[in-house]
Amino acid sequence: MVENRPFLTFLAHAILIVGVVVIAFPVYVTFVASTLTLEQIMSVPMPLWPGDQFVANYTQVLTAGSTKGSTAAVSTMLLNSTVMALGIALGKIAISIISAFAIVYFRFPFRMTFFWLIFITLMLPVEVRIIPTFKVIADLGMLNSYAGLTIPLIASATATFLFRQFFMTVPDELAEAARMDGAGPMRFFRDVLLPLSKTSIAALFVIQFIYGWNQYLWPLLITTDESMYTTVIGIKRMIVGSDAANEWNLIMATAMLAMLPPALVVLLMQKWFVKGLVETEK
Amino acid sequence: MAGVSLRNVLKSYGELQVIHGVSMEIADGEFIVILGPSGCGKSTLLRMVAGLEVISGGEIAIGDRVVNNLEPKDRDIAMVFQNYALYPHMSVYDNMAYGLRIRGLPKSEIDARVQKAAGILELGQYLERKPRALSGGQRQRVAMGRAIVREPQVFLFDEPLSNLDAKLRVQMRGELQSLHRRLGTTSLFVTHDQVEAMTLAQRMIVMNAGRAEQIGAPLEVYAKPATTFVASFIGSPPMNLIPKDGKLLGVRPEHMEPCAASEAMLTIEVDLIEPLGADILVYGHIGDGESARVAARLHASAPAQAGKLPVRYAPQHVHWFDPATGKRIGP
Repeated sequence: MVENRPFLTFLAHAILIVGVVVIAFPVYVTFVASTLTLEQIMSVPMPLWPGDQFVANYTQVLTAGSTKGSTAAVSTMLLNSTVMALGIALGKIAISIISAFAIVYFRFPFRMTFFWLIFITLMLPVEVRIIPTFKVIADLGMLNSYAGLTIPLIASATATFLFRQFFMTVPDELAEAARMDGAGPMRFFRDVLLPLSKTSIAALFVIQFIYGWNQYLWPLLITTDESMYTTVIGIKRMIVGSDAANEWNLIMATAMLAMLPPALVVLLMQKWFVKGLVETEK
Repeated sequence: MAGVSLRNVLKSYGELQVIHGVSMEIADGEFIVILGPSGCGKSTLLRMVAGLEVISGGEIAIGDRVVNNLEPKDRDIAMVFQNYALYPHMSVYDNMAYGLRIRGLPKSEIDARVQKAAGILELGQYLERKPRALSGGQRQRVAMGRAIVREPQVFLFDEPLSNLDAKLRVQMRGELQSLHRRLGTTSLFVTHDQVEAMTLAQRMIVMNAGRAEQIGAPLEVYAKPATTFVASFIGSPPMNLIPKDGKLLGVRPEHMEPCAASEAMLTIEVDLIEPLGADILVYGHIGDGESARVAARLHASAPAQAGKLPVRYAPQHVHWFDPATGKRIGP
């Protein structure tokens, strides 16, 4: 704001602070709960200062897991989630950048048909096609496997569309210059398009990693073996029944662990992420 | 190095024909300018020589090799694009070296060629920079450097100066000329700017609507325009075309001089005066009721004012054209 009015400054800060509190407070309560004993959580009111069970709770979930509901170690779940999120993010990027390359730079029969077919799948999210997809994956014997967790979620119209839009902004002369320089299509892709797409790839990676990490319905359906649980599913499986029956301190510790990797990815790739969404280097 | 032959070159997109048979023999080492207004097909013609457009008919040969079905990389040519088309993520050095690396030249040879080109173009201190850290003129030089290091048979320039400001354009024009003198490589240069064409060309092709209207040395084209299109495209302001005795009389504005009313060959009803310093442009229509617009370029000292201006011109500066075909009549 250009004007210097103390009241407006106060108001702006007040709104922002309220916003931060609304978002951050539940996370804080989760963290506090993850450092208490179950009895402390169950007491009314629950303490709002961290307790002394931090090491004990986190060690237990990472090595042994909860004693009720799912009893798998959260370290395994974190590994599963990482494999799934990375598989989906990298798979989506790899497939969609190649499809976009084909659609933008090659003239082949039914090019637009293919483009629209890909585009139409935007209207069919996982939830809509979940029954047939489950049937296919089950018949292929891919239940309880990393392949089953990742492959059905890899095809991505959004990413293809994003790369297509980016490629369309790359001047044609660049492709022509590469042709004059003697670069074949794949060489042009590798030497020119890929380096230019760096920031877009980074932005997509962040988005798709979080998308993969947060998947709930699909892993819930196809993982029945505890060793294949993802973290998000693990949390769900730890909650078994009535309020008092759950080990909330361990569940909260798991929730904190589940929040960590996406936050880290965003923090570490923030610079690239913003660059990829706002600027193109041409 | 090699010459280039265009033999009745045709281009059509489906039903739409955009190049209607252009033929020309370009000698080894010649600097040829293809000049024409936008949409006349000049860039298309160049891109057919480059191999970026398919040749619909006729033949293009570089040296004695017909290149119709050769990929651009196999034609032994290099092209400079209007927007330079530098690879934004590569340094100046890599931009120039890229094509050579693909061709598998040894590192030492690549380095020698790049350093030599950088020396010629005074790019030595910028080799490690990215294109976006360069000015327009420097980018232009890198684009030329990329063409030079290839040591091709033919250089193709697609309006390379049109993205530069006026002053840089004049400077680069000079550099292009000295570059051509130094390397002596056959060059085809596309432009819509007649000044570039007049100053750079050894011979030029004036194109209009997909046809070569005239091919010749710049001064020859200026002195003897083959059609009314060429007459009005070359020269600024364009040649005056005045209907007379069922023909078109052409006189260039700079060949008119004011005179006494008694010896006037034309009387201009002046309605617009543009003093340019060195000379004055006057515009108007002809007094005897005909609506033809006329322009005259007068010396700065000439009396220019609105109203009647009697002018005369020397008979050797008169051109005649057929109004129906637009073709030149007589010598």
